[in-house]
This record gives sequence, C-alpha cells and structure tokens, in this order.
Amino acid sequence: MHLVIIGNGITGVTCALAVRRLRPEAQITIVSSESAHHYSRTALMYVYMGHLRPQDIKPYEDWFWAENRLTLVHATATSLHTNENLVTLDNGSTLRYDQLLLATGSESKLADWPGQHLAGVQGFYNLPDLAAMTRDTHGIGRGVVVGGGLIGAELAEMLHSRGIAATVLVRAPHFWGSVLPPEEAQLVDRQFQENHVAVHYGTELREILGDAQGRVRAVVTAAGEEIACQWVGLAIGVTSNLTLAKTSTLETDRGILVDEYLRTSVPNVYAAGDCAQFRQPDAAEVSIEQLWYTGRIQGETVAQTIAGQPTPYRRGVWYNSAKFFNLEYQTYGQAPACSVAGLDSFYWEHPSGRVALRIYFRVEAPHAVVGFNALGLRLRHHVCEQWIQQRAPLETVMAHLGAANFDPEFFPQHEKAIVTAFNQQFPQRVVTLKQKKGLFARF
Amino acid sequence: MTPTLATPPLPTSSPAEKLTLAVVAGGLLALLLALADADPGRQRTWLYLALGLVSGGTLGWSWLKFGQHPAGVQQNNLWLRASTGRGGIAWVTGLVLTGFYVVLYWYSGDNGQGNFGPLNNLVHGLDGFSQLLRARPADQWFLYGTFYTLAILVMGARALWKYRHSRYQIIRTASVMFFQLAFAFIIPGVLQFFQQPEFYFSYFWPLKYDYLFPGTVTSLVQNGGLGVFMVFWGAVMSFLATPVLTYFYGKRWYCSWVCGCGGLAETAGDPYRQLADKSRASWRWEVRIIYSVLAIIITITVLLWANFAMHSALLGEVGNVAAKWYGFAIGAVFSGVIGVGFYPIMGSRVWCRFGCPMAAYLGLLQKHFSRFRITTNGGQCISCGNCSNVCEMGIDVKQYAQRGEPIIRASCVGCGMCSTACPRGVLNLENGPREGRYQGSQLIHADSLRILS
Repeated sequence: MHLVIIGNGITGVTCALAVRRLRPEAQITIVSSESAHHYSRTALMYVYMGHLRPQDIKPYEDWFWAENRLTLVHATATSLHTNENLVTLDNGSTLRYDQLLLATGSESKLADWPGQHLAGVQGFYNLPDLAAMTRDTHGIGRGVVVGGGLIGAELAEMLHSRGIAATVLVRAPHFWGSVLPPEEAQLVDRQFQENHVAVHYGTELREILGDAQGRVRAVVTAAGEEIACQWVGLAIGVTSNLTLAKTSTLETDRGILVDEYLRTSVPNVYAAGDCAQFRQPDAAEVSIEQLWYTGRIQGETVAQTIAGQPTPYRRGVWYNSAKFFNLEYQTYGQAPACSVAGLDSFYWEHPSGRVALRIYFRVEAPHAVVGFNALGLRLRHHVCEQWIQQRAPLETVMAHLGAANFDPEFFPQHEKAIVTAFNQQFPQRVVTLKQKKGLFARF
Repeated sequence: MTPTLATPPLPTSSPAEKLTLAVVAGGLLALLLALADADPGRQRTWLYLALGLVSGGTLGWSWLKFGQHPAGVQQNNLWLRASTGRGGIAWVTGLVLTGFYVVLYWYSGDNGQGNFGPLNNLVHGLDGFSQLLRARPADQWFLYGTFYTLAILVMGARALWKYRHSRYQIIRTASVMFFQLAFAFIIPGVLQFFQQPEFYFSYFWPLKYDYLFPGTVTSLVQNGGLGVFMVFWGAVMSFLATPVLTYFYGKRWYCSWVCGCGGLAETAGDPYRQLADKSRASWRWEVRIIYSVLAIIITITVLLWANFAMHSALLGEVGNVAAKWYGFAIGAVFSGVIGVGFYPIMGSRVWCRFGCPMAAYLGLLQKHFSRFRITTNGGQCISCGNCSNVCEMGIDVKQYAQRGEPIIRASCVGCGMCSTACPRGVLNLENGPREGRYQGSQLIHADSLRILS
C-alpha cells in the first residue's frame, strides 16, 4: 500500500506515524511545499522572539523520518488526478498512490480591505509569514494588529518582545469575544495593559494607507481615526487551503467535504485537519476545526480508516489552551462566551486579577458540570474530562476540586478560597472541600 | 529553513542597563589592577572593589533586566544575543573561564614561600577574610571557594528575580544558595578555625570520591569523635540517605537543591541552560561516558580497600596511581575546566550530564527505584519545544510530552524549568505511587515509535 500525504503539518504527520504503527509494511510519502521537515506551527512566535532557533521547533530530529521509512518530498503538489490515482508535483515528477490524504491546512483570511496588499501587511500562519514579519518589522516603531483572537494576541506579544509599540484593533467589545466571557477577557486585557499594548475595542479597520514606495504608513479605522504604523498584521482567522483540491473533481464547500470517516467524495482520497469540512457535523460542533489538537485527533482517526479499520471521527470532550503574555488559559468541555439556555456558571477570581476559574453546569438538578475555563492556574486534563464525561454534579466537583489541580509544587492552592466563594454565591448548596491537591487523587 | 530568520535586530539596552554593565566591566578592570599592583594594601583594596563592583553591577543589571518587567517567562532574544547564543562574547567568556581554571589548577600552588603564582595577589588579598573565618591565611582554594560562593549568591539573586513567578523556582534557588553558603563555605571554614578537618557535609562519595577512600577514612577516624562522625555521615549519605531520598523525591533532592556543582549551574549557568545538545547522538555519548566514570571510580575505590585490607600486598601502588589519574582527568579537567569553562558553549550541566558519577548513581536510582516523574497533562502539548530548550540536561522533553507520556529519565535533575517554561501548563513534577508510573495519557494515541536506542 502506498499512502501519499499532502501536507506535513500536525495532521499529516500524525496520520503518517499512526499508519506506520498500524501497517509496518506500508509505503508512506509526505509531500510539503512549505518545509523539508515537519515543524510546530504553534511555535513560530518563539522563533521570532528569540526563545528558540528555527531548528528547535522541529518536533522530530531529521534522522527520524528515514529510520521510520517515511519518505519526505519537499515540493508543491500542483494537480490531482483522482481517476488515475496520480498527484503531479512542481518538480516535474508524479506520485501514484493507493490511498491519498489531503492535509493541506489553511491560509490566512483576508477581507478585501483597501491597501491590504501593500508591503508590510501580512497574515501570520506559516514559515514565509515568519520570514516576512522578521524582515518587515526590522527597526520599525509601531505595528498594528487587526483581530482580537489568539493570533492577534501572539502578534502583539511578538512585536512587544522587539520593543515595537503595538496597537490591536478588536471588533468585539472585549477580547476574543466569541470565546471568552467578559470577566475572563478582563484578565487578558490586564495583560495588555501591563505590557503597554494599546487595544482598541469595538474598532474595525476601514483601510490601510501606503506611502510612495508602496509600503504601509498608516491604518484608518471605521470611525475615521488614522494610526501611523509601519507594519500591519491581519489576524482575523484562516480559511481552508483548497488549491490542490480545486484541481480535481473533489467536492468542496468552504473546505473539502468529508463524511465522519474523513472520506472525501472520491474513493481512497481522505481529507483531515484545517482543510476538511464535515458534511454533517454534530449539533454542538463546527464543520471546520482549525486547531492543533483537532488536527492531531483527526490525523489519528483517519489513519485507522486508511489502515483498514474504519473509525468515525469522535472529537471527545473539547479542550484548548493558550497563553496571553504571562497568562495561561485552559478550557475543557462546553464553555460558551455568553449565556446559553439551560447552562449556568460559577466564576471565581483571585483578588490579584491574575487567576480565575469558571465552572459551567446545567441549571436543572443535579447540576452536571459541562465545562471549565481556567486562567493563571493549571487543571488536570484527564480529571476534567472524566468529570464532564460522567456528568459529575457540581457539588462533587467543588468538593474534590483539588484532584484537578495541576499547578507545580509549592504554588498557592486556591481551592479553599474557591469553595468559600462558591458557598457565598450558592448558599442553598453548601459544599465542604474534601480533596486537596494530590497525584491520582480518587474521586 | 530560511537564514534571514537568524539575523533580526535586537532592541537596544536602556541607558540604565548600560550603566550597570559598565559597573561590572569596571569591576573586572579593578581585578586586573589587583593582579598588577605591587603594593599589598592596594591589592586588597582593588580586589574588594572588584568584588563589590561586579556583584553590585550584576545585581543592578538583573533587577533592571528581570525585576522591572511583569513576572513571567523572560526569554526574549535568548538565542539572538551573542552572549547566550554561542556568539563571539560566549567564546571569549568560555576562553576566560577555561583559562582561569587552568591557572587555578596547575599554576597557582604555593611555591613553599607563600607565593601562589599568577593569582598570588588575589589570594593574599583575601588573607584577612580567611584569618577571620578559618584562622589561617588564604590559599588558591579559598580564593576559588570565595569566588564560587559569590557567583552562586549574586547570580542566585538574578535567578530569583527572573523566576519570581514560580514558587518552586524561588524555593529551589534559595536552597542551592543556602547549601553553598552554609555547607560548602562557612561550615568548612569554621571547622578549620577550630583545627578540625576541612569537611564538606554536602558532598558525598562518589562525587567527592576520596571521602570513602581508605586514606581519608583512616585520617578522619584518627582525628577523634568529630572525624568518626564525618566518616559515618559520608557513608550514611552515600548508601542510605541517597537511595531513600531519591525514592521519594527523585535525584532532584540533591542535584538541583543541594549540590554545589548544581548550584552553580542553576545560578551562574542559568543564562546558558538552553545550550545543552538535545540530539540523540549526544544522548549516546552521555550514556557511554557517565556510566564509565561511575564504573571507574567504583573500581578504584574497591581496589584501594582491597589493597588496604591486604596491607598493600595485592597491587602495591596501582590503586593510588589510578586515584591520582582519576583526580587529574575527572576531578580537575572534566568537572572543573570543561564543566564550568565550557558553560557558554555547551551549557551549564556538561559535567553533571556527561561526567558526574554521583549523578549516574542517583540517575539509576531515579529511573528504577523512585516515585518521581514529570507528568504530561493529557493531550495539551503543542510540540512547541520550549521545554526541551530550557532543559540543561539535554533531554528532548517534548518527545515525551507530545506523546502524552510521563518523563522518566535517569539524567533529569528536576530543576522544573520545563514546567515553568511550558506555555500550555502541560508538565508537572510529581512524586506519586510507583504503580502506573509509566502510564501515558489516554488522550494521545498516534505515536509509539522509538526515539532513543
């Protein structure tokens, strides 16, 4: 069996490793136009900030691929001929496959702003973007970031690390409004303030102005305010990269359409990760998932099917994490930004404004816990997952909160304060803390 | 990947930072003057001025550099600066440090008339202090001990500012500072003051190999009650306390909380921790070398005792000659010249990782008879590599984290920096039940391919 994988991101590589384990005899070829070796996209910012070197963000050493008989091809796949099981590459060669996985990822979203093609205006998604940002922010005074999400916060932190003043334009009234409730967003905003990043909420970009050389010199907001800057980062999201899929007869919409087994409309061709769009997503889930974690889980899942054990994609209990300057963020389960019918939440915040915990639960008894937001404290993934899966009642979770504590040794333990606050807020359901922090604590 | 990424501009240092660095430079200049000046009084003045300026300048700079920013991970431009990214400054620093060790070890002995060679002026500059602490004049080792302790204290203060967001790092740094100052500097000095053997209660065989050699043991025992206690202490620490403490806490109780070599690495060596090579090739060298050193020192010790028991009838001088060569090659060249001299090029734990027999011994215990592990938090790893980057022992931590596996490695000294640096809260140092210690997360399934072999 010859498996050809287009894309060496987390999805493609995870699939390759899983197939290698399941089918030791398989011939596996990974094609990438972006880089010779797999690298961690999430770590690009650390290269810019000088925490890491470019070679440090490769998850595997270079010998790994040959030793595990994974053939790497550094070329662009230009066209796909599904009736001949053939992929054409820009280096003149062709690859014949038995099974094909498209894991072509995303590209940065643009929104038709006037001036968005000026020099010094870019998205931030891949290695060329990192090179461009390194080049174009050399010695500048101010950069403007458009977008109040994870990449927006990353770009602001990157500029800050080089001593470049950063202004962030956020359309929503608070940061990451689609994901974070206002209280959590307030904690993130505090990080921006401490690091002297100017954030303009409720502000949209109208146009980008250039100078005589075609370089950006300012942005104009929808309200007409002009902000002088020498670089603009557009961080309003990504869209599926469909360039290769469009050369074939594969059915596409915003992404490559797949069923729950990640099979496309053509036999033996699969799509997974950022570029895949589920025809029938589960009610509570989105049709295109653009996350490191979901990319990895989809890669694992599609590998099973490719290896002959058809397995539907089940994401399991949702999780995600991020870091905003010095503030760590983890979320598990269902954690909506605004109130949802049938759900309520309990929120606790440390007086320092650097630590917070929100627990979502069902309104009807026995108040099953459905999700968590943690800021500035670390929660134990498998404990949270188990609670959510088993629909643990709120009282149980509160009483055993210590079991979910994943903070390092000697760190202040907030469980007592959290339970006290809970008892004040919900006097009709008083809880006593039974379990403090400890490894493999039973509950 | 594209070379343009490696050459971005660095933000300029603030005038205040430049001033503090100038103070450090002034201190180094004063040190040169102390070496050159012929007048004993002025020598002492220059020396103390040098120590004051270097310490004060470093403290001031650390406060500006780390204390003035919001508490958190502060690694900006780490690999881009010449001093910490193997640039020109790093090579010069390495050369100066190496040169200092060569002079100290082989050209600074007392010539019989109280002259200590090139370092003579510095040694005698400390005579007064040495009299006060030890009731005897200074020698080259007292000079070295003073510099060493000062380096741990001053750079320890820097580490306290830099890592003040982590209580684990604060307490651990305070611990190495305390053990160096009290156990490796003041107590040995006070012992000498009272005409007792100079003994370091924080170093044990096989690191301090001669503490269990027949020669040392007999001379300590002859010294009376305190000497007998020292022999007892050394034996108990090596053979009883070490396995017990390592069972409960891992080798970190010693390597990154007590040991002086570790103390220097964690403080003065902190700017260089990222330089440890993470490749599989370096791991192969590590395993070959460190267990050989352990085997050699065990063999020498056994030889010496066998010979001692048989009144030199068995092997004559073989054991003593071997011990002497071990002292030169491992004790001086490896642990001193290479161990510290190569900090700016190979990282701060070259000795601990490749050479220390105590680390090898503790490592075997940690790997096979300990409750310690670093837990990976479910599926949260993003393979960013920050954990591997800060690992001074050259462990490619992310290889474990990205598979959801706990990190159980003989070499891990438990400094906790991987946990501190992780931007997703994935890693945690834990002492748990041994049952299920190797159990990985059920949230990652992809990858069970071998990485080390």
